[in-house]
Amino acid sequence: MSDITRAEVCIVACAEAFRGDGEILASPMGYTSMMGARLARLTFEPLLAMSDGVATLTGFGRSEEGRLTQTAEGWIPYRTIFDMVWHGRRHVMMGASQIDRFGNQNISMVGDFAQPKAQLIGARGAPGNTINHRTSYWVPTHNPQVFVPAVDFVCGIGNDRARALGKAARFHHLHRVITSLCVLDFETPDGSMRVRSLHPGVTLDEVKAATGFDLAVAPDLAESRLPNEAELAIIRTTLDPKGFAAKEIGS
Amino acid sequence: MADKRMTEEQVVAQLESGMTIGIGGWGSRRKPMSLVAAIARSNLRDLTIVCYGGPDLGLLCATGKVKRAIYGFVSLDTIPLEPHFRAARQKGALEASEIDEGMLQWGLYAAALRLPFLPTRAGLGSDVMKVNPWLKTVASPYDADETLVAMPALHLDAALVHMNLADEQGNTAFLGPDPYFDDLFCMAAERRFVSCERIVSAAELATSPLQSLRVQRWMVDGVVEAPRGAHFTECLPDYGRDEAFMKEYAASAKSPEAWTAFYDRYIAVDHKGYLAAMEQRS
Repeated sequence: MSDITRAEVCIVACAEAFRGDGEILASPMGYTSMMGARLARLTFEPLLAMSDGVATLTGFGRSEEGRLTQTAEGWIPYRTIFDMVWHGRRHVMMGASQIDRFGNQNISMVGDFAQPKAQLIGARGAPGNTINHRTSYWVPTHNPQVFVPAVDFVCGIGNDRARALGKAARFHHLHRVITSLCVLDFETPDGSMRVRSLHPGVTLDEVKAATGFDLAVAPDLAESRLPNEAELAIIRTTLDPKGFAAKEIGS
Repeated sequence: MADKRMTEEQVVAQLESGMTIGIGGWGSRRKPMSLVAAIARSNLRDLTIVCYGGPDLGLLCATGKVKRAIYGFVSLDTIPLEPHFRAARQKGALEASEIDEGMLQWGLYAAALRLPFLPTRAGLGSDVMKVNPWLKTVASPYDADETLVAMPALHLDAALVHMNLADEQGNTAFLGPDPYFDDLFCMAAERRFVSCERIVSAAELATSPLQSLRVQRWMVDGVVEAPRGAHFTECLPDYGRDEAFMKEYAASAKSPEAWTAFYDRYIAVDHKGYLAAMEQRS
C-alpha cells in the first residue's frame, strides 16, 4: 500500500483521536478532521454523535454502493450545542492559528489586541470548549509560525493555565494535536507537548525544526499508523473520493 | 390590536447615537441586513454593537458607525474572515470586547431575565478575561473553591432581528433550521424591531410549525416588511447565501474606491433601490 497519501494518514490520525469516546458529540473543525471523525464513526467508534455542520444531529452510514448516507437523529441549534459544551459530553477538534507547548491556542488575532497586526476569526467558543470538555487540535500546516513559544492571545486554554485555575478547570483535558507531520499529546509530567508518532516519511528533526519550542518525545515514539484496507476503501469511495483533504494540508 | 408595521427609516428614527444595539442571526445567516444598511446610511454614530458577527458588523465598521463591538467571532462563513471588520480592527478604529460565544448568550440571557449576571466556566484562564477587565469572577456560595465567571447582563437599547414571516402585531416565524439567539436579543432590549420576508395575516402565520413561532408580539415593537431583507446572508428556506454577492462585498474592502462604489450602489439607496441594484447584476 505504498500509494497511501499523507492526507489519508492524517485522516486516520484524526479518527484515532476519537477512539474510546463512545456516545458523545464529536465536533471536528476543518475538513481532514471532519473526515477523521466520520471515519471513526463508520468503523471503530460507531456511537459517536455528530452534527451535519448546521443544526442536525446526523447519523452517518454507508450505502451498499459505498455512498455516505445521512439520517437526522436530532435537532441541535447553536444554543443546544452550547448546552452540550457546558454539559461536557463533547470532544472538539479545533484549529489553531498559534499554539504553544502547553497547548494554549490562539484563533483571535496576531499582534497587540488594541490594534492587531492581523485580526483573525475571534475567540469563538474556544475558552468554553477547553474548560468544559476534551479538546484536540488539527493543524494542517505544521510550522514555527503556528507552533510558537508564546501565543499572542489565549483562546483555548493550555495545561499551565488550567493547572493555575485548580478545581475550576477539573473538566479541562487536552488530548491530541494532529498535524501535517505528526501526532502530539500532553502525556508529560508538566503537561507540555510531546511527539507521540511521526507520519511515515517524516523525521523527528523535521518536526523539531518546524516547531518553535522544545518538544518532549515519547519513549515509544512510533510511526503514525496507516489506514487498513477497509478504512482506505471508506476514505476513497465514501468520505473523500475527490481527495479534498490533500488540498488542506500544507508543509 | 396594535399595527406595528413600519419602514427601515422609521426604525432608524427611533435609534440614537451612542446606543447599544444587538443584531440577531449568526455569521452570515439570517441577518437583518436591510435594517443594518439603513443604519449604515444614517447619521447615527458611536454605536456599541452586540452580535454573533458577520457582514452586519462589517458593514457598520466600514461606515464608521461602531465605537465598540461585543462579539465572540466575526465571519462570513464561506469567507472565514470579515474583511471590513478586520480593516477596522487593524486600524484600531473600535473598542473590541471579544468574549466566548457562550458567554455572549449568557450575557443576553441574564439581561433577558433581569439578572445582574449568570455564572459560567467559559472564559476562565483565557485572555478574554485579560482584555475585558469589566468581566469579574465569583465564588460559588455553595463551594468557595468553585470560581466562576460572573457574566454580566448585556442590556441592549435596541434589538434588530430578521424572520421569514410576521403578522402586523409582531408575532413571527423562523422557518430555517436554527432560531439562533433572536428571542434573547429581543428580550434583552428596550426597543425590539423585526424585519421579515413577508407580513402575513395572523391566520396564515398560525399555519407555521408551532415551534417556529419563537419571537412573539410581546417581544416586538416594530415590524418591517423587507423581502430579501437578509440578503446577501442566508434566510432559509426562502434563499441561501448569495456567494457571488458576498465576494463582491468582500472585494469592496480592497480599496477606498472599491468601497465607495459598493456603498453608492447598494447602501446609499433604500431597500427598494438595493433590490433594484441587485436585479441589475443578475
